[in-house]
Amino acid sequence: MKKYILKRILTLLPTVFIVSVVVFLLVHLTPGDPAAMMLGDDATMEDIAALHAKLGLDDPLIVQYIRWVSRCLQGDFGTSTAVIGQKVSDMVFSHFRPTLCLAIYSQLITILLAIPTGILAARKRGRIADMITSVLSLLGISLPSFMMGLGLVLLVAVHFRALPAAGYKDLFTDGLLPFLRYMTLPALSLGFIHAAYMMRMTKTSMLEVLSSDYIKMARSKGVKEHTIIGKHAFRNAFLTVLTVIGQGFISALAGAAVVEKLFTIPGIGTLMVDSIEKRDYQVIQAITLLIAMLNVVINLIIDLLYGLCDPRIRLE
Amino acid sequence: MQSAFSTDTASLARIRKELVREQRRVNLRRFLHNKLSVVGFFIVFLMLLLAVFAPVITGALGVDPYTSLGREMRLQPPSAAHPFGTDNVNRDVFARVIYGARISMTVGFFVGLFSSLIGTAIGMYATINAVWDNILMRICDGLKAIPNILLAITLMAVLGANMHNVILSLTIVSVPGVARIARSQALLVREQTYIEAMRAAGASRFRIMWCHVLPNILSPIIVQMTFTFATAIISEASLSFLGAGIPIPAPSWGGMLKEARSYIYNGWWMVVFPAIFTGLSVLGFNLFGDGLRDLIDPLSGR
Repeated sequence: MKKYILKRILTLLPTVFIVSVVVFLLVHLTPGDPAAMMLGDDATMEDIAALHAKLGLDDPLIVQYIRWVSRCLQGDFGTSTAVIGQKVSDMVFSHFRPTLCLAIYSQLITILLAIPTGILAARKRGRIADMITSVLSLLGISLPSFMMGLGLVLLVAVHFRALPAAGYKDLFTDGLLPFLRYMTLPALSLGFIHAAYMMRMTKTSMLEVLSSDYIKMARSKGVKEHTIIGKHAFRNAFLTVLTVIGQGFISALAGAAVVEKLFTIPGIGTLMVDSIEKRDYQVIQAITLLIAMLNVVINLIIDLLYGLCDPRIRLE
Repeated sequence: MQSAFSTDTASLARIRKELVREQRRVNLRRFLHNKLSVVGFFIVFLMLLLAVFAPVITGALGVDPYTSLGREMRLQPPSAAHPFGTDNVNRDVFARVIYGARISMTVGFFVGLFSSLIGTAIGMYATINAVWDNILMRICDGLKAIPNILLAITLMAVLGANMHNVILSLTIVSVPGVARIARSQALLVREQTYIEAMRAAGASRFRIMWCHVLPNILSPIIVQMTFTFATAIISEASLSFLGAGIPIPAPSWGGMLKEARSYIYNGWWMVVFPAIFTGLSVLGFNLFGDGLRDLIDPLSGR
């Protein structure tokens, strides 16, 4: 197992390296002089040159890259160019909680919706549950999350006036009930696409397991149906579903930009979109890097769980 | 009967032609048999028609996506003269939705085309050279580690919001996926006996790649292109919705939804129609792509 963990981590290093280079270059290649932008219009050439020297903007690209990476590793993502003196890491950190809460809540809804329906669809092939799953997964793939959100707002908030159309209540400071009232629509619109996908994956992997020999064996032994589904089949099908949950979490974090903007939630998505207007590239850089790294880490955890659950993978 | 067994080239060619035609008939029947993919095809066809003939359609109704119809026409619900109603700056929503098809289809088409060309070239080149294979595939992994929409937003933030940059950044986002598919398909084809025979006959790598591998990996790439088309429509709409895509006043569906967001309580038609068209065209391309994929590989997607 130790060897497996080490191998997994080693294969990640090139990806991490490339991600950091891409994110670094992306922002570095922006048109315009960052020093001139920070100082404003009335800066003299000398001021700009001085700031250049101070920030090390005249150094070769590779030196700048190494300096940037070592700063990032210490949790220092620079200072904002739009809000003077504000540290980027503080900005991102203070906006992270709403996004994280929303992502977790939407994943919970997704799992609760998708896995039971997926199992049901696998058991009753060709019946109503199966058909609903197929239609829903088609819709889920075709509807962007913000359209799902707009539809939900029109129906639930505007037509039935059941839930608020926008706004944010924090889970820890405002309590659970307000949080649920405000976050259910965003969580649903964020999770719906993924619920459809997860449903489909649960269905296919369950079907695969259910047709295997040991399930037939269990059936012929007279094991009860719910024991077969719950104990024998789902445990094996769950590995595939696990990957889908991991992907879902990442797409909930990444897709947050659109949903947060739609429901005016002060998360990192909103921060990122606002930073585009303010040309605050440091913030955009930090958020992109953060989520890409989270993606890599979550994928690593899933890989390790795979290895833990299925010894065959470790030996590969 | 006898001619079928004779070896003269003329009749062989005729038999081959007959076989090809038969295969086409079978394919067409299989495609038509899957009702959903036919629906998909018609949606795609309709959207492309709307995109091409947008000026003709709106011209016939005497409406225009940009001109204000005057103060008294602000936020009017759907009527005979304005089937999709009017928006907050007194413009006809129908005309804007129709012109929106033009923007979405243009973005989808060019992103699909460019990412297929570049992705195929990268994927195939990776199979020739082991060193470049490693480098190119690691770069693809790295790019794929950044979630698509996030990478697109970042690129748009850096490049600046306009249509060319939307196409450019969505192409960059889509290339790694195509490259992966092209590479894995090319690797499969390269193992085939006929490629081995070509190599034994002394054909150059370049010739094998262009004349023998490429035609055999085209179908999965074309299928992928329809899916890329669909995702490009969603991504463009999302970017424009965030204000990082196609700038207003251009009538892109995402941009229209961004404006409609503020009028959700008193102008539902501003939301509903662009949303329906976006969803419908994405659905169309997905269904069409599913149908094509089932043609190539009847076992997939089941």
